[in-house]
Amino acid sequence: MTAADLIQAVRGRFPDAVIGSHDYRGDATVIIHSPPLLEVARTLKQDPAFRMNFLMDLTAVDYSAFGKKPDRAFFASSGVPVRPPPQIPDPEPWPGPPSPARFALVYHFFSSLRKHRIRMEVPVEEQEAELDSLTSLWPGADWLEREVWDMFGIRFRGHGNLKRILMYEEFSGHPLRKDYPVNKRQPLLGPVN
Amino acid sequence: MDNGAGLQTREMLLNVGPAHPAMHGIIRIVTKLDGERVTDVDVEIGYLHRGFEKMSETVDYNGVIPYTDRLNYVSPLINNMGYCMAVEKLLGISVPERCHYIRVIVSEISRITDHLTCVGASAMELGAFTVFLYMIKAREYLWELVEMVTGARLTVSYCRVGGVKGDLPEGFAARCKFALQETRKVLAESHALLTRNRIFVDRMSGTGTISAEDAISYGITGPFLRATGAAYDVRKDCPYSVYDRLDFDVPVGTRGDNYDRYLVRMEEMEQSMRIIELALRDIPPGPVQTNPETGRPIPAAEMVDEGKVGNIVAIAGVRAVTDPTLEGSGKPHHPAIAADEKRVFLPSKEDTYGNIEGLMQHFKLVMHGHGIRPPKGEVYFPVEGANGELGFYIVSDGADKPYRVRVRPPCFAIMSALPKLLIGDLVADLIPTFGSVNMIGGELDR
Amino acid sequence: MHAQAGFLTSRIEEAIGWARKYSIFQYPFVTACCGMEYMATACSHYDVDRFGAGLPRFSPRQADVLFVVGTISHKMAPILKRIYDQMAEPKWVVSFGVCTCTGGFYDNYATVMGIDTIMPVDVYIPGCPPRPEYVLDGLVKLQAKIQKQHTTGERPAPEPRPECTT
Ligand code: SF4
Repeated sequence: MTAADLIQAVRGRFPDAVIGSHDYRGDATVIIHSPPLLEVARTLKQDPAFRMNFLMDLTAVDYSAFGKKPDRAFFASSGVPVRPPPQIPDPEPWPGPPSPARFALVYHFFSSLRKHRIRMEVPVEEQEAELDSLTSLWPGADWLEREVWDMFGIRFRGHGNLKRILMYEEFSGHPLRKDYPVNKRQPLLGPVN
Repeated sequence: MDNGAGLQTREMLLNVGPAHPAMHGIIRIVTKLDGERVTDVDVEIGYLHRGFEKMSETVDYNGVIPYTDRLNYVSPLINNMGYCMAVEKLLGISVPERCHYIRVIVSEISRITDHLTCVGASAMELGAFTVFLYMIKAREYLWELVEMVTGARLTVSYCRVGGVKGDLPEGFAARCKFALQETRKVLAESHALLTRNRIFVDRMSGTGTISAEDAISYGITGPFLRATGAAYDVRKDCPYSVYDRLDFDVPVGTRGDNYDRYLVRMEEMEQSMRIIELALRDIPPGPVQTNPETGRPIPAAEMVDEGKVGNIVAIAGVRAVTDPTLEGSGKPHHPAIAADEKRVFLPSKEDTYGNIEGLMQHFKLVMHGHGIRPPKGEVYFPVEGANGELGFYIVSDGADKPYRVRVRPPCFAIMSALPKLLIGDLVADLIPTFGSVNMIGGELDR
Repeated sequence: MHAQAGFLTSRIEEAIGWARKYSIFQYPFVTACCGMEYMATACSHYDVDRFGAGLPRFSPRQADVLFVVGTISHKMAPILKRIYDQMAEPKWVVSFGVCTCTGGFYDNYATVMGIDTIMPVDVYIPGCPPRPEYVLDGLVKLQAKIQKQHTTGERPAPEPRPECTT
């Protein structure tokens, strides 16, 4: 199926769940509400039209700083900001972040039987940063969800073993959030430098 | 516990790692044993977490390339290629044909070195030290080749967004032929030493078994998946670059055990060599290398000095002799290796030093705060890494730095299935199973 | 008489130093990419055995040189320190690769900025990764250091870490 067909198929199956879609650069993308997440994922996996047997990737994006980076001054003293014109022509522009919510969970599914891919995005607010876990459908989601919890602090309902995976337990904060400074160290040993 | 004969046994906890001689990589495996049988496994990773994704948000698009080298440091060229192709997809540009072929050739060389290291190291852990020495010897030949092309042995940073650093050097094809010939010899020797070796076969076959459905549900890809019989290979199923024009086979196993994985890797090396040979045959010809003695060469630095004192008449129309480390990236090579897009690829050094347009183009690309600015958007691009599907997911907010770079590490999925692979086997089987995973810390923990 | 004894012991010390520098039992603490170059150095092509350092010991109690090869993250630091503490005197530490020397280009929340913040280091081998030739050079420097220590009878203090000025 082509990207547009895939999007149409998902939209047709879940008219209420899908809040947006695009196929920027040929990647089929659907944006859905978080409540029916598990159901949509199950359909994608089991429905003969999709047969997405691989959960290729699961990650999150913190959109809180999107487009807010200040234009850097050209020379520190001149104060002239660098604002180049839109650089590469883009006939069909990307519609922008999935929603005003702070985080977006990004799932990449792939079907090795039908050879198609789809990306599913689920916006989540910081306050109720909790979603259904996909571990019941794909055991591989276990570690991926732990990583998202570790790096972004998004929780998963029904995960069972949601603890840090890359960082250590003593670490506080979630390093991939945009408000975590890149070199804020929390050493277990030795000086903070 | 009662073992039936009225003797009491007791469950034992055995901690392996994070620094353990038979673990090439730092990872902690806590096993629960009943006698010699493994009943439960807890895997702890993260000892090599270096913040790749966070660092990528702080550097410009080309600045991420050195970090990608250090993801899977045994096959850095494939990572380079995957990342660059993802950014190119975001930019909507394509690279010249010759550049595609060069990338394919170098990434297949990388795949061979990766498999050599994996097979060699796991054979060493089973006591076959000779094979390890042989395979490292073969890897050394290939690395010399890599060094010839890229200037570095391991951390190569060869690809650029929109091209590669330089063209293939003179005499590459002949050297390549020699290296492949040596590698074939080593592979034949290793086959003779391992494939029918009783000890090796006994320890490898029937251990660490996984079925195709289970492997897929864990998201396992690459040789590990193919050993179970599922023939998914990104190069065949979602062809990128010029792989669809090259003829090669995808070896698959049947039983999904360690021995099949060994055989799949051995065969994949043969196939990679076949790809390299085909690519070398089909590669469009590059520019004719001209002798720098003709045309009054002036070293680039001297040319700059001349220009500074206003002596432009003397340097107009002459070619600069570039630094030896930039070999293959001169003006005649550029059209073949770089996308024709001024806003993405650095100009040739002759242009940078020789005329104002080149200088400004260079400046606009390297100055802090300038650089490549892709449009806002998000893309995912998968390539076939040595361990499986290596995908880069990039979000851009139109600035000179990526907003988010996510890599889908192939061995992460395999490692998450490690309990599944180990439970029920003997504790000694941990070593061959872990060896066949080919865990690469940089890629697993990023 | 007295001078004679001093002469003898110093000659013996020198001899021990000579023996020691050519029988280095290293503990390779390999974590990351530098390990690949470590492997290349240890194998037949570059053959580290020529310098008497061919036998890695994987128990800290049997080793006398700790090769710290590859990035050390904060999660790994306590383990490294523990291995260092388990090694018997006399012991030396080689930091292999720029990550262990200064932290390299991983200046972020996860990594230790140079292992000399947690343990003394005798020889630094910079490079990302250092070429095998660099490693052999570093090894020769370490041997000179071991010999010197036995000739002068004292262990030269590890070089202080240069102060960061920015
Ligand atoms: S110094 Fe470079 S090659 Fe060595 S571990 Fe660090 S990043 Fe890797």
